[in-house]
Amino acid sequence: MAKTLFEKIWDRHIVKTIEDGPSVLYIDRHFIHEVTSPQAFNGLRKRGMKVLRPAQVVATADHNVPTIQQHLPIREELSRKQVEMLVQNCSDFGIELYGLGHPYQGIVHVIGPELGVTLPGMTIVCGDSHTSTHGAFGTIAFGIGTSEVEMALATQCVLQSKPKLMRINIDGQLQKGVLSKDIILHVISLLSASGATGYFVEYAGEAIRNLSMEGRMTICNMSIEMGARGGLIAPDETTFAYVKNRTFTPKGTDWENALADWHTLYTDADAVFDKELHIDAAEIEPMVTYGTNPGMGTGISQHIPSLASIPLNEQANFNKSLQYMGLRDGQPIKGQPVDFVFIGSCTNSRIEDLRLVADFVKGKKKADHVEVWIVPGSKQVEQAAMDEGIDKILMDAGFMLRQPGCSACLGMNEDKIPAGKYCISTSNRNFEGRQGPNARTLLASPLTAALAAITGKVNDIREYI
Amino acid sequence: MKQIRSTAVPIRDENIDTDQIIPARFLKATSRDGFGKNLFRDWRYENDNEATPRKDFPLNNPKWKGDILVAGKNFGCGSSREHAAWAIRDHGFEVVVSSFFADIFRNNALNNFLLPVQVSEDFLQHLFDTLDADPATQIDVDLEQQTIRILPTGEQEHFDINPYKKTCMINGYDDIDFLISILPDIEAFEKKKS
Ligand code: SF4
Repeated sequence: MAKTLFEKIWDRHIVKTIEDGPSVLYIDRHFIHEVTSPQAFNGLRKRGMKVLRPAQVVATADHNVPTIQQHLPIREELSRKQVEMLVQNCSDFGIELYGLGHPYQGIVHVIGPELGVTLPGMTIVCGDSHTSTHGAFGTIAFGIGTSEVEMALATQCVLQSKPKLMRINIDGQLQKGVLSKDIILHVISLLSASGATGYFVEYAGEAIRNLSMEGRMTICNMSIEMGARGGLIAPDETTFAYVKNRTFTPKGTDWENALADWHTLYTDADAVFDKELHIDAAEIEPMVTYGTNPGMGTGISQHIPSLASIPLNEQANFNKSLQYMGLRDGQPIKGQPVDFVFIGSCTNSRIEDLRLVADFVKGKKKADHVEVWIVPGSKQVEQAAMDEGIDKILMDAGFMLRQPGCSACLGMNEDKIPAGKYCISTSNRNFEGRQGPNARTLLASPLTAALAAITGKVNDIREYI
Repeated sequence: MKQIRSTAVPIRDENIDTDQIIPARFLKATSRDGFGKNLFRDWRYENDNEATPRKDFPLNNPKWKGDILVAGKNFGCGSSREHAAWAIRDHGFEVVVSSFFADIFRNNALNNFLLPVQVSEDFLQHLFDTLDADPATQIDVDLEQQTIRILPTGEQEHFDINPYKKTCMINGYDDIDFLISILPDIEAFEKKKS
């Protein structure tokens, strides 16, 4: 029978299926971080249980960590306690921790792929919704709650109902200056913040095939922002070339065997999806969000929708959102001044993102009134940026290169955007208060964000390259 | 839990994300308790100050109370933080009604014996209007029968729940107990796989 990529991986990992209920899904890799794990470890202790397969669990500290002076003790007491508790838990339960000060430390969804811990065909979970990022390698990867973290630690399994399957094809080629971030913001604006709820999404088509692994990760990362459980992309030569020779990837004959297996991971020609969409890549513009969910985005040349164009029963929410953002319906988004620029998060903080930004800003200076934070996704990204001289280019432009962590993506550490200020951000969520109480977030690609840093406003990158 | 009969608190907003339910800065705790006081923190208080509650926010309005939270569609979208379910439960709600739930939130709710009741958009809007008109309206949620009923008028709707999850909710069974009980199967699976 013809199978989709998702079904091939799913079927290999089912331990058993409960009648009229979910399936027991075996988990190959489990990532943990300091925020969603403490209660799970406490649960294990209460039950007197150990971690079943500690070697399949990898931990890092990312959400809470400061992004300057990481060598000093964390100043904020509660954050420090949480990070210390992770250290304690990992040591008590025999889990490898890439904590502060470790050369592998970084945002959990950045380090998994770059270390070769994430490999095609795997099932991957983490107590974090953007676990969907790892789907770029052809994995079933999704976020779970803390109770499920406890289950996965104790039994290396979680209970899951098989989701519905959707395929989104991005056909043809992208315009110059349009990045994978624009593709996904475009898709979410078409489907809405809940349009893919209940689905796992496979991304396909020429424009997806042409993306680098970094670009594919950005797409899969934001699948959750339209409600999907996760997203995935069939592995191909681009994937294998990225994975080869990373720290933890198989070597020698193990590599040959793995590769042979990974070549079977694709959706069969006559497999059927519950839903299928085709989007013309050439129609996608650089995108910016204007509202308080990632579905409220628009092409850079467009205007914010007029109130009259919004369905009656959604107008109250639309108004509330624009009021929070301090924007008017019907106004152009181009020309909107910004106060802060944040280039970071598990969506866009990889070395390729920093290279793109550096290439563009080389020899330019940031606008005087704008503050620019560049937060690399990991120690390895930070190191590469220094090796390649990217740090120097960014500093010359007046940008601040900070140390790795989630940072202003969710403002759990000190990196918060002040109330009422506009921040153009390469992260994934523009929710009210996400970057700090009453902060106003405009989501965009790293290039659009870099351009805003230079011009002080939202502008169309196509006019500058 | 089998049946809840209570008044309800309506929050009409749609796409209520978990950052609104419990903002990230309150995720630094290492136990499951005490999140209720920060539920909807930034919608509840002016300038993060408990001395200045926002009068227009339903949780602050004494006319609405009860064990049932009624909210606009796509409730619980965003982050996977189970703290959102803990906060709602800790505040005292046992049921959340909406026309649509985000997947991870639904799982987290069920794992904490907070019942997500998904109704049609029409029924939801009618429920909002009814609660506006009479905040003392009693709502009956019957898990056994899978029905939600507006008591005074008897209007009701059926809701879906996975039969396995229903058994867990009614009997207080935990997924983790189940998984632990099949550890031999899991280990056998591992052997076969490798
Ligand atoms: S960078 Fe942002 S979205 Fe990614 S894991 Fe950290 S907090 Fe979550």
